Amino acid sequence: MKLSPRLRLAIDIGGTFTDTVLVSGHDRIVGSTKTLTTHKNPALGAMEGARHVLAQADHGLSEIDGFVHGTTLATNALIEKRGARVATVTTEGFRDILEIAYERRYAQYDLSLEKPDFLVPRDRAFTIPERMSVQGQVLRPLDKGAIAPLLEQIVACGAEAVAICLLHSYANPAHEHRLRDSLLAARPGLTVSISSEVSPEAREFERLSTTVANAYIQPLMASYLERLQSLLQAEGLVCPILMMTAGGGMCTLDTATRFPIRLVESGPAGGAILAAHIAAQAGLDHVLSLDVGGTTAKLCLIDTAQPQTSRRFEIARAARFIKGSGMPVRIPVIEMIEIGAGGGSIAGVDRLGRLTVGPKSAGSEPGPAAFGLGGVAPTVTDADIELGFLRPEGFADGRIRIDTQAAHVALGEQIGAPLDLSAAEAADGVSRIVQESMASAARMHAVESGKDLGSRTLIAFGGNGPLHASRLARSAGVARILIPPNPGVGSAVGFLFAPVSFEIVRSRYARLGTLPVAQINALFAQMLGEAEVVVAQGAGDAERLTRRSAFMRYAGQGHEIEIALPDRPLTHSDLPALTEAFDAEYRNQFSRPVPGMEIEILNWSARVSTHSTPVRKCVENPKVRDHIATQSTPIICDVDGTPRQAALVKREALQPGDQIEGPALITEPQTTTLVSSDFKAQVDAMGNLVLTRHAKGGAE
Amino acid sequence: MTNALSPARLQVMWNRLLAVVEEQGQTLIRAAFSPIVRECGDISAGLFDAQGRMLAQAVTGTPGHINTMAEAVKHLMRRFPTAQMQQGDIYMTNDPWLASGHLNDFLLLMPAFRQGQVVGFTACTSHLVDLGGLGMGPEGSDIYDEGLLIPPCKLVSQGALNEGLMEIIRANSREPIANEGDIYALIACCEAGAGRLVETMAEFGLDDLEALGSYIIDTSRRGTLEAIAEVPNGVYHNLLRTDGYEAELELRAALTVSNKGVHVDFTGTSGCSSKGINVPLNYATAYSVFALRCIVGPDIPNNAGSLAPFTVDGPAGCILNAQRPAPVAMRHTLGQLMPDLVFGCLHQALPDLVPAEGASCMFDLPMRHAPEVLRGGGRGFAIEPVHNGGTGARPYADGLSATAYPSGVFGSQVEITEAVAPVTVWRRELRPDSGGAGTYRGGLGQRIEMSSANGAPFLVFLSVERLKYPALGRAGGAPGAPGRIRLRGAVEDLPGKCELRVGPKDHLIFETPGGGGFGPPEQRDPEAIACDLKRGLVTKAGVMRDYKGGKP
Repeated sequence: MKLSPRLRLAIDIGGTFTDTVLVSGHDRIVGSTKTLTTHKNPALGAMEGARHVLAQADHGLSEIDGFVHGTTLATNALIEKRGARVATVTTEGFRDILEIAYERRYAQYDLSLEKPDFLVPRDRAFTIPERMSVQGQVLRPLDKGAIAPLLEQIVACGAEAVAICLLHSYANPAHEHRLRDSLLAARPGLTVSISSEVSPEAREFERLSTTVANAYIQPLMASYLERLQSLLQAEGLVCPILMMTAGGGMCTLDTATRFPIRLVESGPAGGAILAAHIAAQAGLDHVLSLDVGGTTAKLCLIDTAQPQTSRRFEIARAARFIKGSGMPVRIPVIEMIEIGAGGGSIAGVDRLGRLTVGPKSAGSEPGPAAFGLGGVAPTVTDADIELGFLRPEGFADGRIRIDTQAAHVALGEQIGAPLDLSAAEAADGVSRIVQESMASAARMHAVESGKDLGSRTLIAFGGNGPLHASRLARSAGVARILIPPNPGVGSAVGFLFAPVSFEIVRSRYARLGTLPVAQINALFAQMLGEAEVVVAQGAGDAERLTRRSAFMRYAGQGHEIEIALPDRPLTHSDLPALTEAFDAEYRNQFSRPVPGMEIEILNWSARVSTHSTPVRKCVENPKVRDHIATQSTPIICDVDGTPRQAALVKREALQPGDQIEGPALITEPQTTTLVSSDFKAQVDAMGNLVLTRHAKGGAE
Repeated sequence: MTNALSPARLQVMWNRLLAVVEEQGQTLIRAAFSPIVRECGDISAGLFDAQGRMLAQAVTGTPGHINTMAEAVKHLMRRFPTAQMQQGDIYMTNDPWLASGHLNDFLLLMPAFRQGQVVGFTACTSHLVDLGGLGMGPEGSDIYDEGLLIPPCKLVSQGALNEGLMEIIRANSREPIANEGDIYALIACCEAGAGRLVETMAEFGLDDLEALGSYIIDTSRRGTLEAIAEVPNGVYHNLLRTDGYEAELELRAALTVSNKGVHVDFTGTSGCSSKGINVPLNYATAYSVFALRCIVGPDIPNNAGSLAPFTVDGPAGCILNAQRPAPVAMRHTLGQLMPDLVFGCLHQALPDLVPAEGASCMFDLPMRHAPEVLRGGGRGFAIEPVHNGGTGARPYADGLSATAYPSGVFGSQVEITEAVAPVTVWRRELRPDSGGAGTYRGGLGQRIEMSSANGAPFLVFLSVERLKYPALGRAGGAPGAPGRIRLRGAVEDLPGKCELRVGPKDHLIFETPGGGGFGPPEQRDPEAIACDLKRGLVTKAGVMRDYKGGKP
């Protein structure tokens, strides 16, 4: 056998499928597979995937020298309410931080709504006498005598995990530390999460809700990670297991066990990392990534190969996809928007005769009507089948038999009849509505971020991304699309490009004009020290990158802008440059800066990471030649709704430089790429499919 | 086969217009300086066809802009004929009787041009921080006390800003920079909206909005009339007694439901107050129609078609149809009671759908340093934390504790309040037993205690309701607890509307009202009572008193 270059394995456990990818050397994929997720014991499905790809490439687990894992287990435990029984401890006088939350209804016109369930009912919400000031000075000492009765209450309510969130603990965590240590000394079996470690940012409700979410999944994740590790080690794995985080970095099992909340939504983060890697390879400065699966579409803005980040997101939205209906979590994450539009989204006609699609989804069970698994409602996948975009033969590697007639009947009866349309017209309508809702979400997200969409390249992956990319691009005014190789397992591929990293965001209120420089430098030294301890566990002596930034805003204004700080202690002479940097970025986002306004800062971020996998740049342009398709198939054109013949091509038959005019369908085992009639596709030197839109639609 | 105006195409275009107004709204909120805009989304954005018919409006945090925007646009179009408009023109006003009920709300209107013709309009509204006068508070004696009123005028002429007008606005505000920033944001919002409207028309190949507008309006009107048809016809009356300022008030409504629509008449309502809690009719209308639409056709977006079947009127000079030059700065104090007023009527027609009364009026608590603090070299501040009481119980579920309705405000976070102002909040907890008893319990109010953090005195400007008259229950449900405001150790409670001085040693206690209960308390599920007791939402004494011990 040849001298083995680095051999790395990535496993992404999703809700329906477990994706496994084996990469040799830099980025050569030597094996990939989709296996069904084994919900009872997800480690078994992961092992099956690992065995499968190792067998494909004729390697053993002991040869693996890099192992990255991501899982939706944490997310699912939160959504399905399968976590631990949690009790909260807050400052006396503040028992109801969760009950009161933001005092807000998430839907203006809905009188029947309930507030989201934050997992801890009031009878497990306890308090303790103590109080810190906003500056972190003790206003009221921690009442040590109250700890024993508190512990009794915690035990009596049967709590397995405790979330402690004392006011202003981000400014001074001493009381939280002392309380945790006392509880653990008395009850070593208890799991305790403290807010000053999990999410050291001001805003007591979000800090507590993040700490509760962490405590809720901690016992479950600890036991899962332990099981996975022993299973893999028993099969011969010798390298450490690294876990993918929502922030797009990797951390060790130890960190993952302490802060399992950081593992939430790590799969989608992998997709964004992949898109960022491809953007760097192809030299694309402005990218929109699109990951469409069975129930949702996820979008991420990526500039200069950096996915957009955020410090907050929501999990387990009660009314799916409505902002404010979920549990807010404040940790550093790759910012993505998720909308209820995927292959399984159900189409219908409302009482006003309006055609609607989603957010309700048929999922994989009962599934689209065409799957014949019990689903009778027409879905987006049924529409794509009726329009001829999804071919019945070889669908999902032949695992699912497609009944085109069932799709036709469902669309005709449930959409066509009430609107007086044929089944094909109904399917065309469903397609247009879903493309418009994806495009609207993308535009809205760009607006909220102060960014433009039109100049971007769309990078599409996931089981349904390549199928919907050209339609979304048209609605969103995007002219260029890139579909990477192996788009069906994009997230797992992305895991292998992530650095080992840890980011800490902490609150300390200050005005830029009167910045207490020494204090801020001390704060950064402490945060970088904490992050370094975490990174050192997984990165050994690999070279480190550090990044410091401040979240600034005009005093009194709401929108914070992240401004990079020099990678060294600050001095007073830095302040004018920072003011200028803020004004410039503000002008960039809002067209006019506001001279004379004071600038304030509440949050500071420190990140330590290793370098990302180096990028192999796409240099040469292959010679272009027209690919002559030997097969064609009837479709309904998505541009003008007329029947057309589309070229039918297998992706594996294409070589770099091959060019195909739309309409065309390019099929591969896990997905199909639709090249609409106003697009042409070309294979680049890296094997990406690049779709470009004609200046005028191809329909004329 | 799929021609330009098939139902699916029209639906896509309608969705697009709705997306455009939401984008505009987001843009405004992001750039806003006023905390009330940022925290409550007190803005709006809308698209109109060439006739001035509203086709789409953003769903934003406060309902006060529903109808008011549509009416204001009609007024501006009468004042400035379309034929004289040029590309790049923007018109504006903050007249409370034309825009949105008080001076702080600025409304801008911009024509959208395609092929040299006005094809539609975009409008937006935002709440500015300060327009001079006495500032936000009910103390003005007439509109002239309340600050700068700008009648309908041209703010931008073919892209050129009216610098003279901007000078006037800056010169009449305590926050000139923030006001300027907010006006720029409004201009940018109009320009973006008009641009997107024209782009959208080009993309869909539309020369005008006539056919699309008629589809949107006809579909919405038909759907709304169908929803109204499910409400039994009749005339339903209600009386709501309320604290008022210098005297208690009676708010009266007669709700007429017919096949043609729903009409609300405020005849019999008390006359105006001498202080700024008076409500222009446009604003009372907005909150009344909002409440009705929460129950009747809430799935239909706001536009000329869905709004037309709802009409509101009241005798000129009653406190819900205040005439110039009445002071109106705090028109939202009573405006937020409109849902309770009309729900009292609608409940008689739809007993299974309408909730009991709630706390409704938010406790927004503008505070700032006492004037002498600055003279002594101390720290100045101005904040406006917002907190809420409980909502009314529903005929099928308990009310929500400490939750805003009808407004969509966010409650303030204690750690943020303390970061930006020298105050310490010592308590913020639900008030047990404050939810009105009933088969379904009203939402609980909350208790907030605070003091000065640095020994410096500060001022609080109060304009809140339901300290004397609590939220009433329905169908046999009991009222919620009234609100209370007091200083610890003081003999007498404080009134709901006043300028309050909090001394260095004072400890201020706010208790927000609870929501009313629904249905007889004796029919409450004993398990629900036991659960409330276990969670401390009711006390043992409360259960004995309100539920006769909670035994079946």
